Amino acid sequence: MNVHQVDPNESKYSASATAFRANVDRDLANDELRDNFRGAMDYLMDKRKNAFPIEDELETLREKCKLIKQRCLLKLPQLLEQLEANLQRNGIQVHWAESITDANEIIAQLIAQKNGKTVVKGKSMVSEETALNDYLEARDIECLESDMGEYIVQLAHQHPSHIIMPAIHQNKKQVAKLFADNIEGFEYTTDVDALIGEGRRVLRDKFCHADVGISGVNFAVAETGTLCLVENEGNGRMCTTVPDLHIAITGIEKVIEFLDDMPPLLSLLTRSATGQIISTYFNMITHRRQEGDKDGPAEVHLVLLDNGRSQAFADEEMRQTLQCIRCGACMNHCPVYTRIGGHAYGTVYPGPIGKIISPHMLGIDATKDLFTASSLCGACGDVCPVKIPIPKLLLRLRKESVRKQSDGSPQIMHGQGAGRKTIEALLWQGWSIVHKSPTLYRISMFMLTRCRGLMPKKIGPWTTVRTAPQPAAKTLHERIKARNKATTQGAK
Amino acid sequence: MTQLNTQHLRSYPNKPAQVYLYGTCLVDSFFPDSGIDAIEFLEQQGVEVLYPQGQSCCGQPAYNSGYQDEAKAVAIEQIKQFPLDIPIVIISGSCGGMMRHHYKDLLADDVPEIEKFCDRIFEFTEFLVNVLRVKLNDKGDPQRVALHTSCAARREMGVHITGRQLLGQLDNVELITHDYESECCGFGGTFSVKHPDISGAMVKDKTKNLLDTDVVKYISADWGCMMNINGSLDYQKKGLRGEHIATYLLNRTTNNGEA
Repeated sequence: MNVHQVDPNESKYSASATAFRANVDRDLANDELRDNFRGAMDYLMDKRKNAFPIEDELETLREKCKLIKQRCLLKLPQLLEQLEANLQRNGIQVHWAESITDANEIIAQLIAQKNGKTVVKGKSMVSEETALNDYLEARDIECLESDMGEYIVQLAHQHPSHIIMPAIHQNKKQVAKLFADNIEGFEYTTDVDALIGEGRRVLRDKFCHADVGISGVNFAVAETGTLCLVENEGNGRMCTTVPDLHIAITGIEKVIEFLDDMPPLLSLLTRSATGQIISTYFNMITHRRQEGDKDGPAEVHLVLLDNGRSQAFADEEMRQTLQCIRCGACMNHCPVYTRIGGHAYGTVYPGPIGKIISPHMLGIDATKDLFTASSLCGACGDVCPVKIPIPKLLLRLRKESVRKQSDGSPQIMHGQGAGRKTIEALLWQGWSIVHKSPTLYRISMFMLTRCRGLMPKKIGPWTTVRTAPQPAAKTLHERIKARNKATTQGAK
Repeated sequence: MTQLNTQHLRSYPNKPAQVYLYGTCLVDSFFPDSGIDAIEFLEQQGVEVLYPQGQSCCGQPAYNSGYQDEAKAVAIEQIKQFPLDIPIVIISGSCGGMMRHHYKDLLADDVPEIEKFCDRIFEFTEFLVNVLRVKLNDKGDPQRVALHTSCAARREMGVHITGRQLLGQLDNVELITHDYESECCGFGGTFSVKHPDISGAMVKDKTKNLLDTDVVKYISADWGCMMNINGSLDYQKKGLRGEHIATYLLNRTTNNGEA
């Protein structure tokens, strides 16, 4: 399988090593932003915890769902063909997009064929991945986000900071100001119900007149040719039933084999994401409008996007990345995400899942600072509903990042070896030589402890927020040796 | 967030006559008192402690940085230092996680029966509770302390419970739970120097949560976390400090009870 080639100009997101560090500096210094995230993450963690009162049940469900996703991924090519055949039998057209440009072109063409000028969108992270709004707007097609969070983010000319809660970085005061500045006739209020009511009023009108509805997909069932869509606001149902043309877009990993696979996954998805036993709306789309139906689109299309996923698929360990059902629990529980927020990552998918999926989409060079930005605390892996071993995959990416290119190792990832620095590599080689030789190690530790008076007070970045630790006067090795000697002599 | 994690379930051996101690590189050169205290405590429990002088580091720093070949060379050397088929007690959750779990991946092709070696690895508090089944007699004055459970101890070894159980056996010690107790302190080895700003924000919050309690000290079984947290407390000119659980248990249960 060819390794996916990445064109950095394709994306509006700015993942790069320098951008990440600058973004982190900017967002760590923003107290309001940090408070918004801490508060929201505490809330979501609490909701999830309460949704799983019985630990054994949660564990059983996680194991079950992991196995479902692993089985589906094992048969991925076959299931995608089956999905295509069954969708087409149901009258839903299927389109394959290898890159984000392919996906955007396909969608623009479908809209052009219907002479569409206005689009309402249900929430879709894959359409964020392709920067679809920008692409269509450059072609004079109006795109309106209809998920409340997405609507806020669009109004603010931002992009989502969380995959489930796109506007979680904003508090109600900020949203109130945004509405007051941008919506004619809106009077400033921080009453959340009034704010949502205003958003709904604007959107309601758009639903009725839009030419095209675009949505994402949570599960695509191969067995029945069904597109499942989880949502809470009814906007997804509006987007997929009112306009005459419905285009769904999703990643190839969303296919599941059987209809029976869906209920456990759905149950884990909503509970892990927002602590809901079930979402307010759940849509299962198996047909376009049939004769006698009162509503529904005349045409339904599905665009299936690769965008680096087949690179992850090709490697047995990294394939686990594709088990993700996009619940966002990993970011809700991540101490790094909680501190820096979602925008700092510079990638469509932030947080722990973003760190392991983005390298396949953007290459290692652009993402090499993301997977090192983890203390490997393991909170993400602990809560992942499909048991993706995220910390282990972070370690794997670190390994691929510093892989020596000249050793003829197989090309597994785009940009592998991009994180290798000569000095760092030499330091680790030196470290290894010392620590694998008991004699060299003892000499080094002897020197370290004897020269402890010479230890600098400042040791690089460590001492920007901490004092330097001081080596002991004598090593544990030495003290035990002396202790054993004393015991032996005492016994004589 | 206490999560049942079946991967941590294991069967424990009977109390052995001898154990090895794995001191860890950090304790060896920076905090050797904890190593000595662990040995004394184990000896008081009637277990002979062997300390191979050839041990150095488990290899975790290089492993976590992606330099797995360099880590592997060091790991193979460690295994050679522990030839007897007796438990290896390790006074750090994260080094324990490395040797108990990550060695299986790292050395699968290089060390025959690596699983057998990994099964001999016990974190200190895990060993006291589940193998020695210690009964502690607290001789110290009433005291309030907090417990910092390291992420590796909690998630890789599942041994955050054992630290709590041991402190719970001390009649005069009141264990105070600080806010966000299970959240990472921000150490993460090379993470703390590669991303000092994020790590710094994390440790700042951790120290704040500890300082918000009225404890006289906090206890931990991991010097990595404590070097980070104590370093931050010292930088902020705060008096609160962490103490290794081996030292704390030894002091609380020996004659003067000073801790």
